[in-house]
Amino acid sequence: MALDGHTPGGPLAEKWDRHRFDLKLVNPANKRKHTVIIVGTGLAGASAAATLAELGYNVKSFCIQDSPRRAHSIAAQGGINAAKNYQNDGDSVYRLFYDTIKGGDYRAREANVYRLAQESVNIIDQCVAQGVPFAREYGGTLANRSFGGAQVSRTFYARGQTGQQLLLGAYGSLMRQVHAGKVELYARHEMLELVVVEGVARGIVTRDLTTGKMESHVADAVLLCTGGYGNAFFLSTNAKGSNVTASWRAHRRGAYFANPCYTQIHPTCIPVAGGFQAKLTLMSESLRNDGRVWVPSAPGDQRAPEQIPEGDRDYYLERRYPSFGNLVPRDVASRAAKQACDEGRGVGATGRAVYLDFADAIRRDGESLIRQKYGNLFQMYEEITNENPYKSPMRIYPAVHYTMGGLWVDYNLMSNLPGLFVLGEANFSDHGANRLGASALMQGLSDGYFVIPYTLGGYIAGTPLTDINTSHPAFVDAEKEAQGRLDALLAVQGKRTVDDFHRELGLLLWDHCGMARTGAGLTQALERVREIRQQFWQNVTVSGSTGELNQALERAGRVADFMEFAETMIHDALARDESCGGHFREEHQTEEGEARRDDENFAHVSAWEFTGPGEKPTLHKEALEFQNVALTQRSYK
Amino acid sequence: MSDRTHVGCGCQRGASHEGAGHGGAAVHVDERRVNVMSVRLRVWRQKHAGDKGGFVEYDAGRLTPDMSFLEMLDVVNEDLQRDGDEPIAFDSDCREGICGACSLVIDGVPHGPGQGVTTCQVYMRNFSDGATITIEPWRAQAFPVVRDLIVDRSAFDRIIGAGGYNSTNTGSATDANSALISQAQAEEAFDAAACIGCGACVATCKNASAMLFVAAKVKHLNILPQGQPERRQRTVAMLKAMDDEGFGHCTNEYECEAVCPKEISVEHIAFLNREYLRAQVLSSGMRPVITEA
Ligand SMILES: Cc1cc2nc3c(=O)[nH]c(=O)nc-3n(C[C@H](O)[C@H](O)[C@H](O)COP(=O)(O)OP(=O)(O)OC[C@H]3O[C@@H](n4cnc5c(N)ncnc54)[C@H](O)[C@@H]3O)c2cc1C
Ligand code: SF4
Ligand code: FES
Repeated sequence: MALDGHTPGGPLAEKWDRHRFDLKLVNPANKRKHTVIIVGTGLAGASAAATLAELGYNVKSFCIQDSPRRAHSIAAQGGINAAKNYQNDGDSVYRLFYDTIKGGDYRAREANVYRLAQESVNIIDQCVAQGVPFAREYGGTLANRSFGGAQVSRTFYARGQTGQQLLLGAYGSLMRQVHAGKVELYARHEMLELVVVEGVARGIVTRDLTTGKMESHVADAVLLCTGGYGNAFFLSTNAKGSNVTASWRAHRRGAYFANPCYTQIHPTCIPVAGGFQAKLTLMSESLRNDGRVWVPSAPGDQRAPEQIPEGDRDYYLERRYPSFGNLVPRDVASRAAKQACDEGRGVGATGRAVYLDFADAIRRDGESLIRQKYGNLFQMYEEITNENPYKSPMRIYPAVHYTMGGLWVDYNLMSNLPGLFVLGEANFSDHGANRLGASALMQGLSDGYFVIPYTLGGYIAGTPLTDINTSHPAFVDAEKEAQGRLDALLAVQGKRTVDDFHRELGLLLWDHCGMARTGAGLTQALERVREIRQQFWQNVTVSGSTGELNQALERAGRVADFMEFAETMIHDALARDESCGGHFREEHQTEEGEARRDDENFAHVSAWEFTGPGEKPTLHKEALEFQNVALTQRSYK
Repeated sequence: MSDRTHVGCGCQRGASHEGAGHGGAAVHVDERRVNVMSVRLRVWRQKHAGDKGGFVEYDAGRLTPDMSFLEMLDVVNEDLQRDGDEPIAFDSDCREGICGACSLVIDGVPHGPGQGVTTCQVYMRNFSDGATITIEPWRAQAFPVVRDLIVDRSAFDRIIGAGGYNSTNTGSATDANSALISQAQAEEAFDAAACIGCGACVATCKNASAMLFVAAKVKHLNILPQGQPERRQRTVAMLKAMDDEGFGHCTNEYECEAVCPKEISVEHIAFLNREYLRAQVLSSGMRPVITEA
């Protein structure tokens, strides 16, 4: 099947407007006759739930945490982009569009990205109206900073807690609708199956995580806003509960998974300290505005950083990329750190770290200004490492952070399964092969506040649906299947814990499908994943029962899905025989070690169709057409 | 009910790669760390809301001082599971002090030792080798225990639902720069908005009052220009919801401020009281009036 993104016609800048006019509308009085299931209460899910309820739809909202306010979005630090051009420094909708397409290494759909840039300005208005306490200038106007290598200042921020404040805004709006009776809230509920009736997504099966009870829910449409799959790697900066289950279950029911090999590895995280470690902590990218990245020039230099004179230091980002310096995009900075460590020049006890040094900034601006800018981050670093970054440089290393891949969606954010929409990090749509800093928050909120209210209406108004209820065989079967899987996990009664398997899977992916990949390594990893998955089903231990709160069982189910998903991710990395953005195939690099794209053969979205566990999925391609930007080799020199 | 289980002696390590860190290089993990530190835990275990519950003791070994407290519990739980026992249930998610999920009373103190930190930001270096550590759930009538160390804090969501927002439908906002807000005012609003909804303030309060939580949200919104239209309704509605949920009244004990991981100031409570008086005076006879707050 040729995959059609349903991009509307007309000039780039007019597509969204024309499309909104062409979309059918649901009569206001009829909206209350339609029920919409929204899985996830992060920025994408909360904004969609609040907005659709405001419009009059009946909404059922689900999340796995005890409160919608605790969705993973809460942890986002650095900021949110918008083409407001309040700074008068040359920004525009077109520039944000262009930067995002280029930053994504020309692997995203032009029309989607342009719409995102257009809607970005509305997001800020909405959030300020909600009371989000963004940083301000002395005159009382909104402040901006430049972020993630952008050459204009378009990032809005609320100290180092932008995600928290944006999510609390969306959560407040959501709770207002819950209070008004327009949203039914199901916290501590996990979606375990998507229910498809006659080829159309019509509901979900959930498990009440408090009682263990399986429940079915019918709706006119299902929105997945369930976040990314970074935790496939076990160690990542994602919250512990972040998982691929909702997406994977939908994939198994027919939804295509697009570009699963596109993973973002963030350059500035606190390095791994030991085998017990539960997760990794991000140090905001904003630190690279003032911190200088370096390693000793000579391999094996064991001196303390203060004892290494200027002449023996290699500020490798400044050396290799004189015009962007420490502010090169994330994928470039991460790979450069890996390279330095591979050359034996890494620092710290593990040798897998580089310095992020503020000494010059402190000399230049004074400690108090640095404290004012980054105080909470420095404090966080000290709490975790027990070292004082005002005195000696931070040690940082890349870590898995974000996933650009996700369920395939068309311009309307609808998957290939009619009635199934996918928003936020869970879809693949806007960031291509690499996401720019401060653009995920923008995308989640654009999807939820400003895109889905229109496109969902178009679907509902244009699609006659049969009346069904949860006694339909599709629901009964899906419930049975979900219950069967849990019973099977409990029945194994093996010796190794879920975390133990998850750690092993994560290490394998990190080594072979992480910052650098090779055909041989990926082929080997594919074999190994299968073995681990087999061992998992033979030797995992999960205690307790299904009819109670059982965190071991919850995790086991998620890890089982990661195991299946990992194979698809590796297949995708193997099939994409080029380097682009976060996907670096060592076979394809320039003399200087930069990613070399192959636009002739790979300017497409790879969307995978499930064919059975352990089977090679079927590849569908959506060609990417660039009518507005010229494809060039990204250069940050 | 009190029995003792011995966990964490390092037996049955499973086939994990604990000798290698992410990145493939050998990490100085295990050998140096085996039994660097051990502690005895007294943990509240309770199967479900209706169960009586009680303390169970565990010896936890092969710990290191730079483990986080929750990583220590992860290790204990993995050992319990290897023995086929049920792991200790506790809430956590972000593990970096921002989601508000983690919620343990450690040696009688919500979020344990240290100023301005959540449970997930407590490190084993805060405890001495061989210490006995008591771990309990939040205790408050409005926060019933769900299992072991997990409580139900949905009452907080309902308080927010009663008025913890500005009622602006999507699409109706004016340009973001149309209302100027001084830096100082934005900072003040932020200080209050930093609340993570963890409930430690309730857990530590002898009245199990939620005043600090409510005050933080009221302060955040009531001092911003965008929050003015609903200033009075918000204050009254949120306080009423707090009462209805069974939280106690504030008698100015100030224990809440001391345990709050975001160091939300009790001055916000004074602000809330003034806002409430003001709302009552301005709206007497017009709105539902509650007698006490
Ligand atoms: C540490 C960190 C810092 C970041 N900083 C920034 C930043 O400064 N700027 C930026 O733009 N981006 C940032 N990002 C990225 C950004 O935070 C995320 O991409 C974004 O918040 C994802 O939002 P979401 O709504 O798509 O999903 P999430 O916020 O991940 O929400 C997922 C939701 O789905 C629910 N869910 C998941 N599975 C199920 C299931 N099976 N059943 C029921 N519910 C389920 C969860 O409960 C949750 O409510 C950061 C990411 C990290 C890790
Ligand atoms: S006021 Fe402090 S202690 Fe209370 S819920 Fe908020 S962050 Fe937690
Ligand atoms: S786990 Fe999120 S605050 Fe502790």
